[in-house]
Amino acid sequence: MSVKVRIERRLEVSRTTQIGSILLSLLLSFVVIAVIFSFLGVNPLNAYRRILIGGFGSLYGLSESVAKSIPLLLAGAGLALSFKARVYNIGAEGQILLGAIVGGGIGLAWPDLPRGLLLPLMFLGGFLGGALWALIPALLKTRFRVDEVLTSLMLVYIASDLVRYLVYGPWRGAEQRGFPYSSPFSLSAQLPHLGTTRIHYPTLIVALLLTLAIYILLYYTKLGYEIRVVGENPAAGRYAGMSVERVILFVLVLSGGLAGLAGVGEVAGIHARLGPPEGISPGYGFTAIIVAWLARLNPLLTVLTAFFMGGLLVGGDAIQTALNLPSATIFIFNGVILFFIIAAEYLTNYRVKVEVVK
Amino acid sequence: MSEVPTAVLMKGITKRFAGVVANSNIDFEVREGEIHALLGENGAGKTTLMNILYGIYRPDEGEIYIYGKKAHIHSPKDAIALGIGMVHQQFRLVQTHTVVENIVLGTGNGLRFEEEEVRQKIVDLAQRYSLAINPDARIWQLSAGEQQRVEILKALYRGAKILILDEPTSMLTPLEIKELLQTLRRMTEEGNTIIFITHKLDEVTAVSHRVTILRQGKVTAVLETAKTNKVQLANLMVGREVLFRLEKPSVERGSEVLRVEGLEALSDKGLIAVNNVSFTVHRGEILGIAGVAGNGQRELLEVIAGLRPATRGKIFINGVEATRSSIRERINMGMSYVPGERMTALVPNMSIAENMILKSYRTAPISKGAFIDRREMLNLAQRLIQEYEVITPGPEKPVKLLSGGNIQRALMARELSQQVDILVAAYPTSGLDVGAIETIWRILLSQRPLGKAILLVSDDLEEILTLSDRVAVMHNGEIMGIVEPKEENLEKIGLMMAGALKLEQEQWV
Repeated sequence: MSVKVRIERRLEVSRTTQIGSILLSLLLSFVVIAVIFSFLGVNPLNAYRRILIGGFGSLYGLSESVAKSIPLLLAGAGLALSFKARVYNIGAEGQILLGAIVGGGIGLAWPDLPRGLLLPLMFLGGFLGGALWALIPALLKTRFRVDEVLTSLMLVYIASDLVRYLVYGPWRGAEQRGFPYSSPFSLSAQLPHLGTTRIHYPTLIVALLLTLAIYILLYYTKLGYEIRVVGENPAAGRYAGMSVERVILFVLVLSGGLAGLAGVGEVAGIHARLGPPEGISPGYGFTAIIVAWLARLNPLLTVLTAFFMGGLLVGGDAIQTALNLPSATIFIFNGVILFFIIAAEYLTNYRVKVEVVK
Repeated sequence: MSEVPTAVLMKGITKRFAGVVANSNIDFEVREGEIHALLGENGAGKTTLMNILYGIYRPDEGEIYIYGKKAHIHSPKDAIALGIGMVHQQFRLVQTHTVVENIVLGTGNGLRFEEEEVRQKIVDLAQRYSLAINPDARIWQLSAGEQQRVEILKALYRGAKILILDEPTSMLTPLEIKELLQTLRRMTEEGNTIIFITHKLDEVTAVSHRVTILRQGKVTAVLETAKTNKVQLANLMVGREVLFRLEKPSVERGSEVLRVEGLEALSDKGLIAVNNVSFTVHRGEILGIAGVAGNGQRELLEVIAGLRPATRGKIFINGVEATRSSIRERINMGMSYVPGERMTALVPNMSIAENMILKSYRTAPISKGAFIDRREMLNLAQRLIQEYEVITPGPEKPVKLLSGGNIQRALMARELSQQVDILVAAYPTSGLDVGAIETIWRILLSQRPLGKAILLVSDDLEEILTLSDRVAVMHNGEIMGIVEPKEENLEKIGLMMAGALKLEQEQWV
């Protein structure tokens, strides 16, 4: 007698299976993270309770979660589009920083322009900054078949050092007494907030509208059709006379541009100045990868998953101080969740059958 | 029976895959020390039979005897223990490892190996069989021929006395083929037994002692190579029972739609696959290209469809030169292409409706500004599903849920729904069941009265003869002649397929 494990491809994946797999992967992640909490000497239930309360349990917590979900949504919706074309832009973090540099740079250069002109200019510049940063891996991929995963990721570190160079060097504010910050933005370079919260609502509105636009683009336009065909089967795309290169360029540049907008939102809506890269974006570009996958690459669902991940970041901050945990704790969340989502992705497409053979 | 002992005896082997019979009650016998060719077309069941012998598949019925003893082969490990080795069509080597490391991989049981000792053994083996190879080279540095030698050495190192080679020449240059055949002769002199899977007649006659011919999962003949010839082999391989059973009303031949002149193209390996090919296809006619698979047909169609560049020659569509036109331009010029690998023309995970607009999404009524008119898309899909009798629960279902015959019907529907002047169809019925084949045939024939031109490639001679108005025979990248598909031309067609006859261009129809 022996046990035989067979793996079969599922022909049709039902909606219930899909949603079930997402919930299951989250559940399993929380189990694994609970074990890690235990090793750190923290009662996991207590930790989860505090995360929940911290992120979603108060008006303040909720407002913070929404604020953090803004960059996650902008970058995550763009990544969902890119991943749909099977173009793996891993460098949204760098594209966020480039958006912050260009957008922030415009804010610093023309502080006296009226707000109604300066802010749109900053967003436009930030979009172009992120888009151009993503154009580098796009061109390398289409011209020389260089893997975009590596190039886009490596460019994150270059972007980080570029920000560092600027805030330690030429852009350091004279009044910052040696600290690595630019001068504060003028009032017209700062985004308005919702009441006393840190929700810079113009960015939120832009993010929601763009997410909807991406959804429409993907499922109702000719270009979106090409993106989906090329992502599913590049050979069929080529056979139908589509330009695979054009699709790759488009999704990389657009996702980079959206990440760039997120960078502008952070510097103009939260910090009101440029500072060290870790301050501008504590890994939003990487968390956005999880936002996209958790939404199963459906742009509309990224609204939910961005809010969820935003809440988790806020809750994570809360337990770091309350339970005296290392600041890297929240990255463990990211890693474990991504791991299980990808594993669950496999299980939704394949069925594992265990048989006892006599 | 002769007194030469039997190395391999497979009796009554039957193997079914999801309802398809790949091997049907096959008897297969190989004598010790011979080179035995296993000849058949793609899908005839050769590789399946050998995968059974090598323990990759288990037969549903039948028995295997190795050197006269009944064998139970449950895995390649069992096969290796019995002295059977197999060199697969796709090499299974670790690109970044050295030759020695690849050969040793999977043989030891400890963590370390005596490199010097192993090396010496490999060098000795290589010398004995004159398999020139640098034991320290890394696999990625080696040519296809050298990699194959590594695979052969790997089998010999594991103690193989019976060696199965699956289509061993498909990746090789002519010189490498010559060397390989020499090696094989050398190996039989050392007492080894070789099973040589192929669909190339030249190789059978050049190297084998005996040949077993498979057709559609059944043995059609076992012959002494010395007592047969290429024509007989070709006929046994593709089948002779040609049935002109479909009604084919005569259609007046119209104006010229496709013309190719002196076309030349390379294979993926960079060898000349299409050599100075010229022909024309006219409105209302089907030009069939017959030939044994792998003689340049695939490459020819890819060049015409725009998927592969022409290195020489010209292509004209409706009198306009299209040699350098993009795929999209060719589509706009009225060309449709049904490739042999259906799934390269479809998106299996997307809906039938979305697949139906793959060629027409750029034009009205599907295209509306930047958008796709989903209602028109569904209408089109619904209409095509009805017209071509595609069996599906609905146009929103993904294509991958359809059966092979329905997939092909859907593909044909899409390609013929365009403004098509010339349809290029490759192996349109391969892998389909009889009923589906008949439907596809009727669809193709129904295009003639509509004034469309069809270029048809198939390695099923019956199909070519049934459908075509003229038959061009391709061998080794060249057109050997173009004749009418008449009973009295069958002999000629067989000879041309085997490369034994080439008609003067003046004799072509």
